[in-house]
Amino acid sequence: MCFLLFTPPLQAAIESYEFESTQMEADYYRLVSELRCLVCQNQNLAGSNADLAKDLRRQTYELLAQGKTPDQVAQYMVDRYGDFVLYRPRLKRDTLLLWFGPFVMLVLVLWLVIRAMRKKQNLVPPNADALERARQLLSDNRD
Amino acid sequence: MRFKLPLAIFILMVGLLAYGLGLDPKKVPSPLIDKPAPAFSLASLHAPQQQISNKDLLGEVWVLNVWASWCVACRAEHEFVTRLAQMELVKVIGLNYKDRSVDAKGWLQQWGDPYSASLMDADGRIGIDWGVYGVPETFIVDKNGLIKYKFIGPINQGTLDSEIVPLLRELLS
Repeated sequence: MCFLLFTPPLQAAIESYEFESTQMEADYYRLVSELRCLVCQNQNLAGSNADLAKDLRRQTYELLAQGKTPDQVAQYMVDRYGDFVLYRPRLKRDTLLLWFGPFVMLVLVLWLVIRAMRKKQNLVPPNADALERARQLLSDNRD
Repeated sequence: MRFKLPLAIFILMVGLLAYGLGLDPKKVPSPLIDKPAPAFSLASLHAPQQQISNKDLLGEVWVLNVWASWCVACRAEHEFVTRLAQMELVKVIGLNYKDRSVDAKGWLQQWGDPYSASLMDADGRIGIDWGVYGVPETFIVDKNGLIKYKFIGPINQGTLDSEIVPLLRELLS
């Protein structure tokens, strides 16, 4: 546990790969930062020291070296491990609620707040007698 | 009356959260269910010059059990994998994942070898194709070569009785 606490996550990705182009290097680092390590689920491939993460980094590198596009590499991982590997979920029917749920909630809450405020404005002001009695009571109290 | 709506929302939230707490985040549903089993051609542990491929198993129902000698949970489920193999319903194929063949052989010698065949996936590439992320894992493949079931973690008598054996019988009939 202590070991885990004091291990800086950035040191995890220790393998060094030779990239044929800066584009490939950028693609590689973007992919390993956006793919989830399935063993240690709150880490991405870049930050994980797990054996599987190492293997998947190697796989990512090799697929890119073979000329696969980043999308194809991501699809390769999804085909094997499911949508869960993507830290940035794709927009599709299953993820509509995930993407738009918060906005729906926001609109709903705004509507409730506005409705509550309107209701307040429509309150009938207390009549003069009642106000007078209230003042009386308050000043009585003070004495 | 005025608290009805907030109360309803609160109860709904509690319900959803309670349901969420009951789920196991370690169990990631496999996208491979009902898909063709990923192809492999691997050396057999006991006869390294012999290659075994998924095509050799087409036409029969079989179980793939992913294990390693370094995996503690594999030791725990070994008794039940052995029990499954002894029922002689189907072939139980072992996929020795990221292991050294010396260690794997020693382990099987020590604890018994329930597998019809043991495949060597020394660098874990076939494991990646099968979406393996935590050993042990157990797959069931049907006669058409489709993956019908995946279990992550050690199997036990309960898993055998309630899930694996009934499904195997169904696929065999």
